[in-house]
Amino acid sequence: MEKIKACLDKIAPEPGNLIRGLQAIQTSAGYVSDEAIKVAADYFKVAPVEIEGVLSFYAQFKRVKPGKYTVAVCDGTACHIKGSPLIMEWLSDALKIRPGETDAEGNFTIEKVSCLGCCSLAPVMAVNGTVYGKLDRKKVIRILKEYQNK
Amino acid sequence: MINENIAEIRLGTASCGIASGAGAVLEKMQAMAGDFAITEVGCVGCCYAEPLAEVITKDGQSIFYGNLTADEKCLANIFALSEEGRFVEPEARKQKTLPKVLKLAGRINPVSIEAYKAVGGYEALAKAQAMSPEAIVNAIKASGLRGRGGGGFPTGMKWGFLAAKDSAEKIIICNADEGDPGAFMDRSLMESVPHQVLEGMLIAAAATGATKLFIYCRAEYPMAIKNLKIAIEQIKANQLNIVHGRELEIIIKEGAGAFVCGEETALIASLEGKRGTPRFRPPFPTDSGYHELPTMINNVETFGNVPCIIAEGAEAYASIGTANSKGTKIFALAGDLKYPGLVEVPMGITLREIVFEIGGADPEHVKAVQTGGPSGGCIPVELFDTPVDYDSLRSLGAIMGSGGMIVIGKNRCMVETARYFLDFTRRESCGKCTFCRVGTARMFETLERITQGEGTLEDIDFLETLGNQVRKGSLCGLGQTAPNPVLATLRYFKNEYLDHVEKHTCTALECNALVKVKLDQSKCVKCKLCIKTCPTGAIGEDFVIDPAKCTRCNSCIEICPKKAISRHPND
Ligand SMILES: Cc1cc2nc3c(=O)[nH]c(=O)nc-3n(C[C@H](O)[C@H](O)[C@H](O)COP(=O)(O)O)c2cc1C
Ligand code: SF4
Ligand code: SF4
Ligand code: FES
Ligand code: FES
Repeated sequence: MEKIKACLDKIAPEPGNLIRGLQAIQTSAGYVSDEAIKVAADYFKVAPVEIEGVLSFYAQFKRVKPGKYTVAVCDGTACHIKGSPLIMEWLSDALKIRPGETDAEGNFTIEKVSCLGCCSLAPVMAVNGTVYGKLDRKKVIRILKEYQNK
Repeated sequence: MINENIAEIRLGTASCGIASGAGAVLEKMQAMAGDFAITEVGCVGCCYAEPLAEVITKDGQSIFYGNLTADEKCLANIFALSEEGRFVEPEARKQKTLPKVLKLAGRINPVSIEAYKAVGGYEALAKAQAMSPEAIVNAIKASGLRGRGGGGFPTGMKWGFLAAKDSAEKIIICNADEGDPGAFMDRSLMESVPHQVLEGMLIAAAATGATKLFIYCRAEYPMAIKNLKIAIEQIKANQLNIVHGRELEIIIKEGAGAFVCGEETALIASLEGKRGTPRFRPPFPTDSGYHELPTMINNVETFGNVPCIIAEGAEAYASIGTANSKGTKIFALAGDLKYPGLVEVPMGITLREIVFEIGGADPEHVKAVQTGGPSGGCIPVELFDTPVDYDSLRSLGAIMGSGGMIVIGKNRCMVETARYFLDFTRRESCGKCTFCRVGTARMFETLERITQGEGTLEDIDFLETLGNQVRKGSLCGLGQTAPNPVLATLRYFKNEYLDHVEKHTCTALECNALVKVKLDQSKCVKCKLCIKTCPTGAIGEDFVIDPAKCTRCNSCIEICPKKAISRHPND
């Protein structure tokens, strides 16, 4: 509770700043919990349902706690035609989870995103924001191993 | 150990460079260089050669070293000015491109206002400050600049609308949402020359009397946001935000990952902290926008053009391009080609020149090019002599779009490409209009059926009819243009649709349901690598692949040292 409030400290409590507030919460906790919705509703003086509406509208927001590492596989046009569906398949096989899911140990989440802006290195994925390009199967498995051994 | 003829060493550390490993290269280089400071710069657009360093010699030469690794031997080449490891920009690219907006990108430290000023930065703003607002608007009108965000609306006219408003508060928004998945022009501009974009916005404020400037940037671009923030602080410290005597507020807002928020009315709703759904126009934002205030929205690249126009004069600018499309356009080239990257070309250049000469794509291998992303269409290779401008691309059923240009090789299925785009738009529809929400979902399901080999001839007719209805029945550009990828592929590649529904084959061998993975025993050396790698255990000890178990994941094809495994049509 206090931690959530602390995220909002520097943001003026105007409805126009709602998205910024939710982004701050997500950056610190990795997702927006039910409790966080209540805190934000109080702080910005908007109804909790309205906040849920905003959260579900924007792809960036997560409502469940993600794993320690989030593997974001780019499925923008350039990556798609360069084989991003295969990359997703390989990751799913290796981790035994589908896109949007988190493994049982809470280590990995995989998700599909559109364009990381490095299209010329397609296909591309990012692990907690670190971008890896020109992927093939070998590279994907190697990167995954690196994080598994961390 | 540093060659005495070296004056400066620059290393591209934009996010594309970092993704190729420039971070480690920089660390190593700086350790090797000791007191000699390496200049971090943005991106020159030669993505395929990243990480890329440029050496400026004392006699003014520029020498590039490309595909660097954080390896002592590799980097020693640079310090020794060795012949080895040099990167030379292909001659065709040098001759056919015309860097104006990107002239400084990758040449200066992006977050140093001194560096920007040293090469003429903010001189255009000073010139504009000395001009009357009308004179600035007229210069932009005379330049013929049209919006680079996709719509192509005449920029000078838009500025005129805002300038004519009598209001104590006026808003300017820079649209940096860059939603087209496969485009990265705006990212590169903001990372490499943030001051140039901001200078364009300040000039727009001088022309229109705006009081508050917003930049709405997608959250996936953290480095762009960081660089803009630093640049804004420097602007304030230098009091450059005081325009015609008014002190301007400059604010960055991060988007939250919704394609429709690139649409201007949705963007405004999102800026106000709401769900980003478009609304009916009129009223247009210049009449009633952000909190009902007169608001003008321009794209990043549009603003990036402005300092060049004011500095060089409208006439010089208008001398480049075609009758109705002036100046240069930046394209993000990606897909099946040798030299992917950013290119700035004069309007009117042909697709052939861009794709084959600049992009180095193999003419034998290319089938089409997709412009305009999910709102655009594909253009088949037979029509590559078309000059690139707003009107000619539209007449082909594609659009110029914001500048994403994806080269599609012969091994890609056009039905699958259309399916991909409709999957994107159906997920991104805000849901307000029935035709957009339900129509894109139906079109997607139909395409999915066809790629599964279960489509019928009626399905193809249905796509055409429904596509035209969705076009007409949607409120905003997302719905209005969502059918374009389907209608364009139906126009030029109907044969591929017919192959799927009549012959149940995918000629490009891409659609998994219509493809079998087979192992050619005569080429196989029994190394068993494929058996070990197959995630589903589909390859038996007899080296025969069980089609019921195989998911067509291509892992075995990639790993086989003898290329004994490949994709084939279903029998
Ligand atoms: C669905 C949709 C998405 C859009 N996305 C963007 C975008 O990402 N960036 C952009 O500059 N314009 C985008 N636009 C166009 C804007 O609505 C607007 O026309 C543009 O920002 C105006 O700037 P310009 O005149 O400088 O091009 C989009 C339009 C639609 C309908
Ligand atoms: S056309 Fe689609 S995205 Fe646009 S307002 Fe209608 S439902 Fe929303
Ligand atoms: S394509 Fe994939 S699933 Fe099929 S046999 Fe090869 S490795 Fe196994
Ligand atoms: S399409 Fe994948 S990075 Fe742009
Ligand atoms: S290397 Fe920077 S955009 Fe490609």
